[in-house]
Amino acid sequence: MDNCSEKKNQFPSEIDLTRVIPYGDTLNDGKVQLSFTLPVPGGPEADEAAKQMIHKMGLKNPQIVFSKEITIGFTFFVAYGEFSHAIDYTAIRVPKITLEKMSMEEIDRFIEERIKRRIVVVGASTGTDAHTVGIDAIMNMKGFAGHYGLERYRNIDAYNLGSQVQNEELVSKAIELDADAILVSQTVTAKNVHLRNMTSLVELLEAENIRKKIILIAGGARITHELAKELGYDAGFGPGTFAEDVAAFIVHKLESMI
Amino acid sequence: MNGKLNLNMNKVKEARDYAQRIASEVHDFVEEHTTVSIERAICRFFGIDGVDDYGIPIPNVVVDHLKSSNLINDGAAYVIGNAILETGLSPQKIAEEISFGRLDLRSLSYRSQDEVFDRIDRLVNDAVGKVKLNREKRESLIGELGEGKKPYLYVIVATGNIYEDVIQARAAARQGADIVAVIRSTGQSLLDYVPYGPTTEGFGGTYATQENFRIMRSALDDTGKEVGRYIRLCNYCSGLCMPEIAAMGAIERLDVMLNDALYGILFRDINMKRTLIDQYFSRVINGFAGVIINTGEDNYLTTADAFEEAHTVLASQLINESLALMAGIPEEQMGLGHAFEMDPSIENGFLYELAQAQMSREIFPKAPLKYMPPTKFMTGNIFMGYAQDTLFNVISIMTNQGIQLLGMLTEAIHTPFMSDRYLAIENARYVFNNLRDLGDEITFKDNGIIQTRAATVLEEALQLLREIESIGLFETLERGTFANIKRSPHGGKGLDGVVRKGPKYRNPFIEKMLGGRNHG
Repeated sequence: MDNCSEKKNQFPSEIDLTRVIPYGDTLNDGKVQLSFTLPVPGGPEADEAAKQMIHKMGLKNPQIVFSKEITIGFTFFVAYGEFSHAIDYTAIRVPKITLEKMSMEEIDRFIEERIKRRIVVVGASTGTDAHTVGIDAIMNMKGFAGHYGLERYRNIDAYNLGSQVQNEELVSKAIELDADAILVSQTVTAKNVHLRNMTSLVELLEAENIRKKIILIAGGARITHELAKELGYDAGFGPGTFAEDVAAFIVHKLESMI
Repeated sequence: MNGKLNLNMNKVKEARDYAQRIASEVHDFVEEHTTVSIERAICRFFGIDGVDDYGIPIPNVVVDHLKSSNLINDGAAYVIGNAILETGLSPQKIAEEISFGRLDLRSLSYRSQDEVFDRIDRLVNDAVGKVKLNREKRESLIGELGEGKKPYLYVIVATGNIYEDVIQARAAARQGADIVAVIRSTGQSLLDYVPYGPTTEGFGGTYATQENFRIMRSALDDTGKEVGRYIRLCNYCSGLCMPEIAAMGAIERLDVMLNDALYGILFRDINMKRTLIDQYFSRVINGFAGVIINTGEDNYLTTADAFEEAHTVLASQLINESLALMAGIPEEQMGLGHAFEMDPSIENGFLYELAQAQMSREIFPKAPLKYMPPTKFMTGNIFMGYAQDTLFNVISIMTNQGIQLLGMLTEAIHTPFMSDRYLAIENARYVFNNLRDLGDEITFKDNGIIQTRAATVLEEALQLLREIESIGLFETLERGTFANIKRSPHGGKGLDGVVRKGPKYRNPFIEKMLGGRNHG
């Protein structure tokens, strides 16, 4: 209560961006929502264990609002805590792709005027990943949420190889088609196999001596531009990406390579 | 009044007639061929099992030997049967001698078909009898323990380690799951052999092996007794080893099997000839074993649009129904697939989903329809995802679906946590219990949005089936009609495992199982 009244008079305009903490319903209340399971039977000891855990995460005033033994020896919790540190928002620098939004028509025209030939894009969901949602959204004719996929682009030859494509197969297809860009999709993976898989693709392209000739792009729920760059890719696209975002990157990059 | 949708039943019949003709044409092709996997399944029914020093399954060793010796056209039943007569050894012993390189089947003299099949009649009866006993055991366990109400709650486990899977599966059963599916390790569908023994490492799933089947079966039987409900076990009878997995499942009393050639053709690029031939024997086995098959039409809607392509689902369900009937699968064992996959931003999307689910129900009144949860429009916003799963559950209970593959709020993020599964089961039980008889209480407005939607989808499916009937299923797949994916009859994996049957060829298991089903 004391905490609250002290900060009651602060308005959003007074947010100190050098000391950002989470917002529940009052500025600087620090409220964080959590859910997790502990491998212990339900009861007061389980709740106490959960509280101690939340404390160790740097959260004050842990509150267990729900706990239930969901099978013998495993207890599920819903909990709240208050973040006791602060983040300096003004000091954050995230590498990202800074490109103006382009439409499909603009991109097709850009290719015509500046690349002066059709471009070839090969995409696949690679390794063990059976999910094609991501690659389909970017490549398939229909696209996603009203944004047409690369197959629809007049000046792009798009080849969607589907799911569980091995890196070797992807590389040989890219060589066969003389691809300008490779799109690698990683949606659901277990135990970080996607990282190893993504790295091995880079190694394979280097071994074939074509890494520098090809634009290599990663996409997926857990992919960021920063991560992709770190792994040796030209770009990485996360959730909320549409075909035109990827295509715009490809055509600009391609222009700079010519 | 035709049900709630006032469907034009003449159109349904016409569509079904087209589907039957499409299936017949496929079946004519199937009848003339066998595959390496069918012959390996026959070996397994003869009790041939184990691996050689290189880890290669003995059924593969035997069938590879048949192939390289040009004996495979006569079929494993005839060739092994003849070897029993000639050597006096058991099938397993014969297989081992082949694997040690001490027996070359080419060196034997060959007896008449009648003599050979008389000799193996008892072996065939023993194997078929074992499967029949399993079917009876299931029935008696269900009688004794009872079972969950439909829609059955279906959850997956996918840890990669069969012992870890057991922990998760038991937890799920205690929370209320009726069917536990053990997801296979990624890529197993493309292996032209079945791995051996208990396994503890897999990617995104656990290998389907006979020993893993046995371990999970026994765990679920124990848990079923504990919770007072028979818990069904599901696995994947798809990919390049369909008939073998069916045989192993029949021997280990699995209850539900994904079993759909079209799925393998479209989504795993398996050769269409190979897998349609494989599918026939696998379905004969599943039908006889009392296994509910699940078909994969729901997957079409993960790549194609759920609103625009709804008719392809119905068309495929009708073809799958005809193909299943030809393999002796009764309607009560047909878990035809469909899905709740429309874009959540569509106005009245719920009404369209309701129309389609009700339409499946009325066109396949006896089938335990398999209803799949939203996946395509799950965004990572787990709270919204939970709401989407709730609407999906509402439709299921309103339209009496058979098998409810529970949606996970963390879909598209990771394989389910134990708590995700708990929340999914809690959601479904809440909805099912609260709305149990809602479907019986309501009728749909004449020519309203729901009836109109169903009529449109039926009309489009009818036109599509008419077109498929005129060009054949193979050509249809080549054109990319299903799921917008194009496949060639000469492409894909496993074509080299297709074999034309020779004059001496017989598959005694098909004869017994199809006959046995009809005569009790």
